[in-house]
Amino acid sequence: MQLFNEEELKKVEEIKSHYPSPQAALLPMLWMVQEKEGWISPDSMKYAGELLNVPYEHVLGVVTFYTMFNKQPRGKYHLQICTNVSCMLRGGYELYNYVSEKLGIKNNETTADGMFTIEEVECLGSCATAPMMQVNNKEYYENLDTSKVGKLLEEFRNHVK
Amino acid sequence: MNIILKDIKDFHRIDVYESNGGYSAFKKALKEMSPEDVTNEVKNSNLRGRGGACFPTGLKWTFMPKTGDKPKYLCCNGDESEPGSFKDREIFERNPHQFIEGTLLACYAMGIKAAYVYIRGEYYKWINLLQAAIDDAYKKGYIGKNILGTGFSTDIYIHRGAGAYICGEESALMNSVEGKRGYPRVKPPFPAAFGLWGCPTTINNIETLANVPEIIRNGAEWFSKIGAPKHPGTLLFGVSGHVNKPGVYELPTGTPLMSIINDTCGGMLDGKDIKMVIPGGSSMPPLTKEECLKANMDNESLKEFGSSIGTAGVMVMNEDTDILKVLIRISKFYYHESCGQCTPCREGTGWLLRVLKRIDSGQGRISDLDLLTSVAQNIEGNTICALGDAAAWPVKWTVKKFRQEFEKRIPKEDVEVPVRNKVHSLR
Repeated sequence: MQLFNEEELKKVEEIKSHYPSPQAALLPMLWMVQEKEGWISPDSMKYAGELLNVPYEHVLGVVTFYTMFNKQPRGKYHLQICTNVSCMLRGGYELYNYVSEKLGIKNNETTADGMFTIEEVECLGSCATAPMMQVNNKEYYENLDTSKVGKLLEEFRNHVK
Repeated sequence: MNIILKDIKDFHRIDVYESNGGYSAFKKALKEMSPEDVTNEVKNSNLRGRGGACFPTGLKWTFMPKTGDKPKYLCCNGDESEPGSFKDREIFERNPHQFIEGTLLACYAMGIKAAYVYIRGEYYKWINLLQAAIDDAYKKGYIGKNILGTGFSTDIYIHRGAGAYICGEESALMNSVEGKRGYPRVKPPFPAAFGLWGCPTTINNIETLANVPEIIRNGAEWFSKIGAPKHPGTLLFGVSGHVNKPGVYELPTGTPLMSIINDTCGGMLDGKDIKMVIPGGSSMPPLTKEECLKANMDNESLKEFGSSIGTAGVMVMNEDTDILKVLIRISKFYYHESCGQCTPCREGTGWLLRVLKRIDSGQGRISDLDLLTSVAQNIEGNTICALGDAAAWPVKWTVKKFRQEFEKRIPKEDVEVPVRNKVHSLR
């Protein structure tokens, strides 16, 4: 398996130069894999391990430890809704339940068309702008309510069409 | 009084930062001060760590060995995963260069050649903002080899986390930088002796480091006179929950809690009454309304109420709040985030959650309240790291301070639970 192209391999070398041991480049590399593939497959784990001279078992251990690494493919829009205390006080569960019902999926499930995955997540440090949702581990959508999130879902849908 | 979040337009830009005195402390240190001078200045300022443990920063720096040929490392802790804290992202966004300058001063003081800024994986936007600031500082010659022609060299790298609360614990953070699972390490050996790759390492919070340039610019005495004498300076209070204007506010330590709620945050939402306030992130013991009226927001004052300043993440809850539901949510968090190394924490967090849920489902018994306290006490102090304590404290103290809230949810007559091992029966 040759997952990375030449440019990406150069990036790996650059990252490795930040650390005295190649193993330390594992987390940044797994991020690169997930960015490219959307999730981290067993084959990608083997590839990452070979590239850094780290056993597959170690890579598997790391991938399964960190919640942000996807162990299975996710929908095109991975909706991560915080329900921790500060969000809960301002309607985090209402938001989560609304999205869950609207899409007809439960925690960590993906819609049949592969568009959306919903996940209940822990505090994302957006407590003053609660409730909130993160999409695909990147963009924050803050100060939400059910009507705002309903519009967002429509936008996501239309964007793909 | 703003030391970090200054009200200057475009302060995040390196040219604006420089034209307002930015990087002058680092230049002054390189030219006029020895590394020991810098450490002493920080020590004399009485700056205490802003990550929750309030350890004196200057003293921590003196633990680093001055001799030996092993490389030394600095880890800047921006994991910021404690529910209720969201201050570091404000620094990355509004004043990244003051944090970078503080990091450089720390590297100079301890003779460090590489600093790793550990930022939680969810902060994608803020990682990019800080990286842009670091790139600008490299271009200007503040970071890199032979800085400003002085012969001093150091590098700053960002290391992105991947969603594990435990990686905010300093030894778990180091394991995560090394490319391992984020398991806390047994101490001793302490990081200053055996840290990253077995080399001397210091771990400081982002906010702590962001304070350092102003201490060097204005002197230790200036800093030590701000706020509460034993815990001087300002804190970035992250206020969330039932207030009119939640947000991050920089205020002197020792500011009365009610002044933060009423003056800074525009009072309670819909004019409701306070029921409970968590003063420093979800692991800190809560305050009752009566305690809120008397509480000043510094570590020493909060000790009176059995609590602590933590990360200054203030969660305000009004009279309609279901305390049991809040505690269940907090316990669910620690149950989810326990790394699983130590049995008391791995099993105990699950017990706490299940017993609380049992009470919520109407099947609780009055003896469950003692059971909760007993489980919490058996976790506390019996684990490698402080996550166990963080899980135990809110349960122990909330049950103690708000006992009537739990009692009213327990049926008068005992509910028959048919299995002898009642806790496991609800798994």
